[in-house]
Amino acid sequence: MKAVHEVVTLAAMRFKGTESYLTSESLRSAVDCAVALQRPLLVKGEPGTGKTLLAEAIASALGLKLLTWNVKSTTKAQDGLYVYDAVQRLHDSRFNDKDVRDIRQYIRHGPLGESFAAPERRVLLIDEIDKADLEFPNDLLHEIDRMRFKVIETDEEVVAKHRPVVVITSNNEKDLPDAFLRRCVFHFIEFPERELMERIVHVHHADMADRLVDQALGVFYELRAFSRLRKRPSTSELIDWLAALKAAGVTSVKLDEQLPFIGALLKREQDLMAFADQFGGKLPKRA
Amino acid sequence: MFVPFLYELRSRKVPVGATEAVALGQALVQGLHDSSLEGFYFVARALLIHDEKHLDAFDQAFSKHFQGIESSSMEITEQLLEWVREAKQPDRMLTPEEKALLDQLDLKTLEQLFEQRMKEQKERHDRGNKWIGTAGTSPFGNTGKAAREGVKVGEAAGMRSAVRMASERAYKEYRDDLVLDVRQMQLALRKLRAFAREGAHDELDLDATITETARNLGDLEVVTRAPRKSNTRVILLMDVGGSMDPFAHLVSRLFTAAKKATHFRELRTYYFHNCIYGRIYKQASFRDPITLPQLFAETDRRYKLIVVGDALMAPWELMSVSGWSDDEGLEGIVHLMRLREHFSASCWLNPEPPSSWWQTTVDVIRKVFPMYPLTLEGLGDAVGQLTKAR
Repeated sequence: MKAVHEVVTLAAMRFKGTESYLTSESLRSAVDCAVALQRPLLVKGEPGTGKTLLAEAIASALGLKLLTWNVKSTTKAQDGLYVYDAVQRLHDSRFNDKDVRDIRQYIRHGPLGESFAAPERRVLLIDEIDKADLEFPNDLLHEIDRMRFKVIETDEEVVAKHRPVVVITSNNEKDLPDAFLRRCVFHFIEFPERELMERIVHVHHADMADRLVDQALGVFYELRAFSRLRKRPSTSELIDWLAALKAAGVTSVKLDEQLPFIGALLKREQDLMAFADQFGGKLPKRA
Repeated sequence: MFVPFLYELRSRKVPVGATEAVALGQALVQGLHDSSLEGFYFVARALLIHDEKHLDAFDQAFSKHFQGIESSSMEITEQLLEWVREAKQPDRMLTPEEKALLDQLDLKTLEQLFEQRMKEQKERHDRGNKWIGTAGTSPFGNTGKAAREGVKVGEAAGMRSAVRMASERAYKEYRDDLVLDVRQMQLALRKLRAFAREGAHDELDLDATITETARNLGDLEVVTRAPRKSNTRVILLMDVGGSMDPFAHLVSRLFTAAKKATHFRELRTYYFHNCIYGRIYKQASFRDPITLPQLFAETDRRYKLIVVGDALMAPWELMSVSGWSDDEGLEGIVHLMRLREHFSASCWLNPEPPSSWWQTTVDVIRKVFPMYPLTLEGLGDAVGQLTKAR
């Protein structure tokens, strides 16, 4: 009966975004599905589209605490569950300053273990899951599915009191295994459209002249549409470029070989060459 | 009613199965789609699609499958829309019996019922279970709690219609059977890897150290091992010039992606023109030649061979002896077969679409090397084939 009750209260939770986090209907739908069906939410999208911030927004909208697990290339699935500090125990046994018979004091929970053991529901963010080894997501399948794992050293089972709301982000550096994907609710955050980008720019450069912002965005989106680029400029490059324009007191820009501070937008030599080739003139001088 | 839609998706190569169907069913039972086609669009997309490369196929399937549903439900009097929009009633949970009742209706029946009721109904109606109205359990209306897909009457202002949204096909550029950019290629190449422990023992093996120390009655016994390193060796062989010129950008992207792949232990790149006769070149300008016997001496079976070319040439280039000094009196096709025999894994990537692979030389080369189109899907298949052969 308790389980049924839990599902009902969770299903009634609806994500509406927060004051600082703007959502679309498709994102709200995906979050609601993930929360109601108790499946992890997998968020993908280009860098700088607010994947990590989403977990914070969900946590604050649902009034839950957020736990973050930043995945690195060396991270193993086991690190998220618990770590058995054998070296510390060995050290203690040699220098006799603790009772080493109680193995539990050398078991430390990782973020996933912590979210299971927590007395109330948590939002768990597994950030940049694609950074880890290819097998990493597969190793987590069982734990995320069943929401329980066993500590081999003590033969104790950690069972989630409340299933955490799991948000997983990926930068698309590696493909994720199918078995893992099947268990997730998927959402792809699109690159912001011009209207939204104007609002983002406004947040960073509130005092910038509208005309210049308008021209700069025109140039930016035209550059992004230019198919010969190897690395398309993203939001952060746009913000940097605008800062450079502001600092240099530039009042108008247009897309030609004279484009100021092109190096802030295009970071690769081949891209700069393709640009020079397309828009005439010689290679721009390095700033 | 959504099961045929799943088959529509499967026919477009979107991998959906029972897991997805069950999840979608659960979501609909919980009313996550708010009894609207828009809601259904988003919920279905979140649960059925796991990769942005399938989003476009989803949109296409959706607009095909649900075409006409909205248009037939659009014939609603302005007055009806008016009161459905303004009504704001608190919603309530359904009893299982009511849910079961609603479960019996499928979309066709719903549509017919809707039109029939439209004709019968003469006045405004709120909180009932039959008439079109608000906050009721009839499958028709707004802010209601229909337990499954029903027909939503009137939309919140500013919302785009789901079928129209789907037909806009905003995710076209994420499809995987289109040509690709460097990042996507890198992603595909990353699967081409194999690890092995080789070289000097300079990494602490913690588990073995603990075991050995315990066995040593607590006296520290350090165990080391060789670090785990990538063991993938790749040879990239590229056709340049002539009929390959239109694909120069595409091939150079593959080249960049392969160069940037840090998980290759060794990457060798060579060039050839049209067909391989006895020698290949280290430079795209056909300088620094290396003969095939020399290449075979320098490399062993462990290397994986990727040939990129359109496989288009005059038939005599493939089938007769060229007369070049290094050709050892062998035909082009024999050189290709020697290459395939020497390496444990090899494949041919063709930038031309498979529909144009009927030409004689392409057809012959396909019998020597497994051939894949140079698209994300093709590259993925090629890499899969290369990793399987050990």
